[in-house]
Amino acid sequence: MTTTTQSPQAAPDSRTPSRAARLLADRRLPVAATALLFLVMYGVGLSRYQFYGFAEPQVFLNLFIDNGYLLVAAVGVTFVILSGGIDLSVGSMIGFTTMFTAWLVERQGLPLALVIPLALAVGAFGGFLMGYVIHNFEIQPFIVTLAGLFLFRGLCLVISKESISISDSGVSSMAQAQVSLGMGFLSIGAVVSLVVLALAFYVLHYTRFGRRVYAIGGNEQSALLMGLPQGGTKIAVYTVSGFCSALAGLLFTLYIQSGDPLHATGMELDAIAAVVIGGTLLTGGSGYVLGTLFGVLVLGLIKSLIQFEGTLSSWWTKIATGVLLCAFILIQRFMTTRKKA
Amino acid sequence: MTTTSRWRALTHHQLFWPVAVLILLLLVNVPFTPDFFSVKMTDGHLYGSLVSIVLFGSPLILVAVGMTLVIATGGIDLSVGAVVAITGALTCSYISDQADQGALSGVLLAMGLGLLAAVVCGLWNGFLVARMGIQPIIATLIIMVAGRGVAQFITDGQIITINSEPYKLIGGGYWLTLPFSIFVVAVVVAVTVALTRRTALGLLVESVGGNAEASRLVGIRSSRIKIMVYVFCALCAGIAGLMISSNTSAADGNNAGLWIELDAILAVVIGGTSLLGGRFSIGGTVVGALVIQTLTTTIYTIGVPTQTNLVFKAAVVIVVCLLQSPKFRAKVFGAKFGARFGARGSARPAAAPADPAPPADAAPKMEVS
Amino acid sequence: MAEPRPVLEMAGIVKEFPGVRALSDVDFRLFPGEIHALMGENGAGKSTLIKVLTGVYSLDGGTITLDGESVRFASPLQAQQAGISTVYQEVNLCPNLSVAENIFIGREPTRMGRIQWKRLRQEAARLVDRLGLDIDVTAPLSSYPLAVQQLVAIVRSLGIGDGDGDGEGAGGGPGTKVLILDEPTSSLDRDEVLQLFALMRRLKDEGVAILFVSHFLDQIYEVCDRMTVLRNGTLVSEHLVSDLDQVGLVQLMLGKAMGQLEELHEHQLHSTAGETLLKADGLGRTGSIAPFDLEIDKGEVIGLAGLLGSGRTELARLLFGADHPDSGTVTVDGKQVSLSAPNGAIGAGVAFCSENRKTEGLVPDLTVRENIILALQAARGWTRPVPAAQRDELVAKYIKALDIRPANPEARVGQLSGGNQQKVLLARWLITQPKLLILDEPTRGIDIGAKAEIQKLVVSLSEDGMSVLYIAAELEEVLRLSHTIGVLRDRRLVARITNGPEITTSKILETIASGEHQ
Repeated sequence: MTTTTQSPQAAPDSRTPSRAARLLADRRLPVAATALLFLVMYGVGLSRYQFYGFAEPQVFLNLFIDNGYLLVAAVGVTFVILSGGIDLSVGSMIGFTTMFTAWLVERQGLPLALVIPLALAVGAFGGFLMGYVIHNFEIQPFIVTLAGLFLFRGLCLVISKESISISDSGVSSMAQAQVSLGMGFLSIGAVVSLVVLALAFYVLHYTRFGRRVYAIGGNEQSALLMGLPQGGTKIAVYTVSGFCSALAGLLFTLYIQSGDPLHATGMELDAIAAVVIGGTLLTGGSGYVLGTLFGVLVLGLIKSLIQFEGTLSSWWTKIATGVLLCAFILIQRFMTTRKKA
Repeated sequence: MTTTSRWRALTHHQLFWPVAVLILLLLVNVPFTPDFFSVKMTDGHLYGSLVSIVLFGSPLILVAVGMTLVIATGGIDLSVGAVVAITGALTCSYISDQADQGALSGVLLAMGLGLLAAVVCGLWNGFLVARMGIQPIIATLIIMVAGRGVAQFITDGQIITINSEPYKLIGGGYWLTLPFSIFVVAVVVAVTVALTRRTALGLLVESVGGNAEASRLVGIRSSRIKIMVYVFCALCAGIAGLMISSNTSAADGNNAGLWIELDAILAVVIGGTSLLGGRFSIGGTVVGALVIQTLTTTIYTIGVPTQTNLVFKAAVVIVVCLLQSPKFRAKVFGAKFGARFGARGSARPAAAPADPAPPADAAPKMEVS
Repeated sequence: MAEPRPVLEMAGIVKEFPGVRALSDVDFRLFPGEIHALMGENGAGKSTLIKVLTGVYSLDGGTITLDGESVRFASPLQAQQAGISTVYQEVNLCPNLSVAENIFIGREPTRMGRIQWKRLRQEAARLVDRLGLDIDVTAPLSSYPLAVQQLVAIVRSLGIGDGDGDGEGAGGGPGTKVLILDEPTSSLDRDEVLQLFALMRRLKDEGVAILFVSHFLDQIYEVCDRMTVLRNGTLVSEHLVSDLDQVGLVQLMLGKAMGQLEELHEHQLHSTAGETLLKADGLGRTGSIAPFDLEIDKGEVIGLAGLLGSGRTELARLLFGADHPDSGTVTVDGKQVSLSAPNGAIGAGVAFCSENRKTEGLVPDLTVRENIILALQAARGWTRPVPAAQRDELVAKYIKALDIRPANPEARVGQLSGGNQQKVLLARWLITQPKLLILDEPTRGIDIGAKAEIQKLVVSLSEDGMSVLYIAAELEEVLRLSHTIGVLRDRRLVARITNGPEITTSKILETIASGEHQ
């Protein structure tokens, strides 16, 4: 007979949650955790490889240079995941863009100024089509973007089975251009990726479209009943992701200076992992692009650390990514159940 | 009347469309390869396009059969490709460490080890999905990402080649004039069918996938069932991993089983099992996997560049999914019957009593009586 | 109270669905500055009336006059813009966004497309303050309990009525004229309800007309000024709350005058041995039903009576372990039952047929045979399938005994009619030969013939020694079948009445209305 005194304690402070509870419920906490993780890893790197040049500011800047394309792709995926969807076509889209660009520039001799907008338009249109099918026919995003994965990888191969290296002088001069920052330099790709990040931040937090993305991810049914134009938003989100993937493809082309039908295979997983490690809930509605930046940096840092270690092989990157992914998914799980309770 | 009703019964059979597509695809080959259906006996082995379709499709059939059960519970398993790689890597690296690679006991032990690793992966997936309540796509993403790394870790980033006669049998050997892998597939499919239809497992799986809340209220311990199907799926992937590595006598941590999860899901969908869970059809999945393999073969034989394979697959995925989407059917086929109000009518009460059965349904009833 | 011109008048409202007349010639009026209760049992037409008013459904006849102008809304959005706001039972907001954003999303103040966060927060804080709420508008909505979320939903709906989206004039100004609250209290606890009522009174004082729907009679009498009673899609009457007592109200809702109800129930109940089968001690769950004690004898039929939402289903679900109780124990045959999952109760011989056949009972894709065998199979585990011969025999037996049509075990259960689906559910549990059968609204939405068959079945089962817990909206049904009648009111088991010749439906009605049994 334990029937009494269970609920009353919750009553007094039900209006203003306690400070501790609010801190735990704060959606910025996962981002802070990822940032902290990055700092700790960076500190470990400093202490271990201090004398091997790890302390050079350029090592830090190289993280942006080497992962700029991933950052752009992950920003696009962030939009999709925030809206409660998923996009598996990212890697293929990047690969396709590298092939498409290389083919147009090298084989067709089109000027870069024409090729770049064309490639971006194709990517955005691909994303739009997927969004259109997902919204209008209510097919799971997973399977639609899977079809996108097949389609764009297939189109890569249709263009050419062989890789096409780019010898265009414009491309190589762009690739080698350095933006000096005093203590080091960034590549054009890195700068573009940071601009994309800033733009995405602005769009998500300062436009109605951005807030609708969050609203749909939080509760699609409610968003509908609140009178938000949810179809347009959904399609737009996949369009953004397609656009970002194409842009990432361009950056990747710049970075690697060739088109290859097998470029960026499985990069959608890296992008999704970066987004999740960055604290965005895979169920949608919660997260920040800034977190995605830290997610990408953490993944990039893992690669650098493994390089500096020298004895470790590249596959440790995948294992470490998987372990981090797992840890963050479990943390997310515990955080969401706590909120419900 | 009887012929039409028989025809109707035939076309309404769940396997009708997958089989029809398969037959159509096979027939497409004939003009290009007139002896497509012929099977030759050379050196006591049967050769022919049909045999090779089954042979090359074997790993896919295995993975897809396991995937069918997972999808029937309303889940999905993205990690099967990684499991294929891990199993192959572990088995081959163990065999390559043996002094005598041809020793049967060593090979059996190696295979056991590989399959054990697969089971562990399945347990992990099942644990995350059933006990932790994590969405299946996300839970299995972890091994999908990390698994390839683990496989490369086992093979030390190399492609391990082995030279083991007994091991070669599974994926590349012949038995009773047929490729041995066909027998493996037959056994696995038979065991799966027996496991699901001779016991109550199939019923409980369909119940959990068909209505999770009702299943809970009827006392089904769905978490056990889910763990079981993820383990089974991983086991199937493990056997496929053995087969692939045996066929090439090598373990490639990076490329073995690459994208097989996507093909497997596609095979399940073509086979008529809904991605939402519930009713499943092992036979349909086998046909679905054969359709995919035949597609690959067909593209090859009719002389279209093989690289367009993926584009065709994409087209198949899109068409199959669109056909399964009620909304698409309503929009495309509904419009023909003058249901112009469809779009506007959505503002009308959804809760209104269901319309009387559409006339199309009334017809067969009359025939029955 | 002076009676000025009504802000809203609905006259001769007709709404038809294929084959059903949901509303026929209903009149309704709403005055500014009043809280008006819309009363009626399930299916009386309350929600249809609200949906017709707010433009969710189109109107088949009659007129709606808002502020002296004839109106007809094509969508909820139009109704909102005209000043009619609705808040539903479920909070339709985005829990992941801040309170301020939830109030303004879709109409955030922007300049050159840029959201002006500072202005948005200030406006939100002003709105919230004005309604006397003490909440931090920057906190995520999910950090507040459901009640506060409900209040935020009201704030949002008031803001929308404002129309121009600048947040001016909200809080009951010229914007929102009519506020509809459709069962906002069903998941709130007492303190939370008081918060809501405080807000409602405040809005009322500002001149907003509030239409309030609730299943809790006490709440109606606490906060409402006037009420309109509907029954079977027709208007019964309109009263000042102070003019009509609770007994009178219940009679109006159920459509029986006390006198008419004094009829004999001729059926002779068999006597029970008096052996206790099940005993519940202090079983309760916060937000669903207050702790209760209950004993069920072998072969006894216990009927649960009470209005919709009074906790009938919740009580049954706790006994079965379908919901996890906060407190209390259940013992069957002297042995305590684990209530963490339904398996414990099932193992002890308890069976539960949910009122939601489609969502909680049947697996629509499976066949009749598979659905019937499911409970037995679940109990046996997957390794021991029911032998095919035994299975087919059992299924055939119950299809025949319950007269399930079509009598085809291969038919997909989703295609059966409601009554036959109910019989499939019954068959599923009868096969397991339970000691206690819980039937939640087994006769709802099925035709008269099937209804009578199911009632006969209950009688014969109990005569054979099976205990039955029977939940039905119709009191006659409960009275005819039950040895004991448990009366629920406002999520509390208020009385256990032993059935006898002197017990009539009106006695039970009195108990439901007053919460006491003499």
